[in-house]
Amino acid sequence: MADPRIPAPANVETTVLGADEIILNMGPQHPSTHGVLRVKLRLDGEKVVGSECVIGYLHRGVEKIAEHRTYTQFAPYVDRMDYVAAVSNGLGYCEAVEKLLGAEAPPRARVVRTILTELQRIASHLFWLGTHALDIGALTPLFYCLREREEILKIFEHYCGARLTTHAFRIGGLQYETYDGFERDVVQFCEPFDKRVDDYEALLTSNRIWLARTKGIGVLSAKDAIDYGASGPVIRGSGVKWDIRKAMPYAAYSDYEFEIPTGENGDTFDRYMVRLEEMRQSRKICLQAVAKIPAGPIMARIGKVLKPPPGEVYHAIEAPKGELGYYIVSDGTTQPYRVRIRPPSLINLEAFDKMVRGHLIADVVAIIGTLDIVLGEVDR
Amino acid sequence: MANDSEEKQPAATPPGEKPEAPAHPASPPAAAAGATPPAKPAAPVAAVPPKPAAPAGPKPAPLDNELTKRYKSKFGDAILETWTDRNQAILVVARQKLAQIARFSLKDEEFDYLADLTAVDWPRREKRFDVVLNLYSMKKNQRLRLKVHVTPEEAVPSVTAVWSTANWLEREVYDMFGIIFEGHPDLKRLLLPEEWQGYPLRKDYDILTQDTAWVRENLGIESGQ
Repeated sequence: MADPRIPAPANVETTVLGADEIILNMGPQHPSTHGVLRVKLRLDGEKVVGSECVIGYLHRGVEKIAEHRTYTQFAPYVDRMDYVAAVSNGLGYCEAVEKLLGAEAPPRARVVRTILTELQRIASHLFWLGTHALDIGALTPLFYCLREREEILKIFEHYCGARLTTHAFRIGGLQYETYDGFERDVVQFCEPFDKRVDDYEALLTSNRIWLARTKGIGVLSAKDAIDYGASGPVIRGSGVKWDIRKAMPYAAYSDYEFEIPTGENGDTFDRYMVRLEEMRQSRKICLQAVAKIPAGPIMARIGKVLKPPPGEVYHAIEAPKGELGYYIVSDGTTQPYRVRIRPPSLINLEAFDKMVRGHLIADVVAIIGTLDIVLGEVDR
Repeated sequence: MANDSEEKQPAATPPGEKPEAPAHPASPPAAAAGATPPAKPAAPVAAVPPKPAAPAGPKPAPLDNELTKRYKSKFGDAILETWTDRNQAILVVARQKLAQIARFSLKDEEFDYLADLTAVDWPRREKRFDVVLNLYSMKKNQRLRLKVHVTPEEAVPSVTAVWSTANWLEREVYDMFGIIFEGHPDLKRLLLPEEWQGYPLRKDYDILTQDTAWVRENLGIESGQ
């Protein structure tokens, strides 16, 4: 029985089609959708005139699970949202709960967190670059990108034993001290990494096919980007100079120098350039941080059983994909009353329809790639 | 889709009756490990430092600043409550005025970025839902939280016309809580399939009850537990 207050759905397939128009279903099992994204495309010939994303294939009810776990027990779950940037998810959650408790991680923990999170940003962007280029037809960059990413995953593995779903941080600090040779490994990765980014650029930036496939594709103006709540490289590619690491610093970011790269045209090419430059900046942050990791404890004294005083907090970090926010409500017990996760991928994907209209089917693939979505995070 | 009679499952576990974990003292005294000097036989007993009380933690505090004054002078009684929690400003506003307040926030207060829109369920309250809008201003680098109290029967004015982000976020809230947004262009479930029964993030949507019902219906056994 339909509720009279809800208007009939205006799906792309229920509205009347023009004589030349067809509906094409793409996904959820399509190699370029990076998981289980389903897009219904309304086409006029090869031109997209409308689209609708169908999501939720990977919905696991993470927010509901949170209400049935203690604060500590829930921490590993957040790694399963954006599984190519698990360290960032963990940082956001741990800091949000710390804010709720009124506690703060010790300086040493904050610096180590910053280093690992920046390495994770590089790893996430490398994975994005490899697969995005692959989608558009450039096979080569993938191998180089995964080669470098492997080095980062090795550092994670040495640090905490896991490569992907790392659960690297604990509420209040870190569980593990850095291993012997951690600084050396980070420096060894970062020192030549600048050259590696140059190599990727040599393969792509002035490549005519790459330019034809990315310039002017999926344009999002700065005004629209803000209106649609885009964040991360997507909003910066549109020319909005906004990065939460600078705007509302967390962890140890206020101690380091780095630039916020921005684009001009808000197209796929600009977002590509922004992400490449972000990798260089992350490298810079890592090198600054690893040069002087303060000595001291790695855990704050917060006790074993966490009972945050009743109240609520919204804490957002700059994850590789954009603003990752945690809105946590406490009722004073050991379990969160409500955990809301603001997923950057979901909200960046919302602008997809806006970006894809007027382009060809082949560009749809480029636009899905340039948004850098991870369906684990979109669906949660 | 939103059949009210179907979604009222038996309230299996009312909130607040969560199984409490065994209550240990919140934190060991900070001084215990390093600060106490090695015990000397002559040391008087009274010299042992008293256990520091567990940190009280942050508390919500009333808020009355320029920002709330501007909202209050413009909307008067429609601004029901204002306070800060963990240094974050929160305004509770009247449901009927939400669309106007949203527009005012965008145009006059420059909260141009809707970071998040979600809801919280408090089933024992008269108006059980909080609809929560987390706003951000790019110009002022400032956050603000708007809240609306609402019953399941009442519809919340949609803010999609003010911030386009709200489109999917309101659909998600409808999907998970069954809250209806009036004026939303295409209100339907976002993550769950259309034929899904009930609203999972309501507190009376018990995971175990759902699981048992599914097992009974589909596997023909009493319980999968």
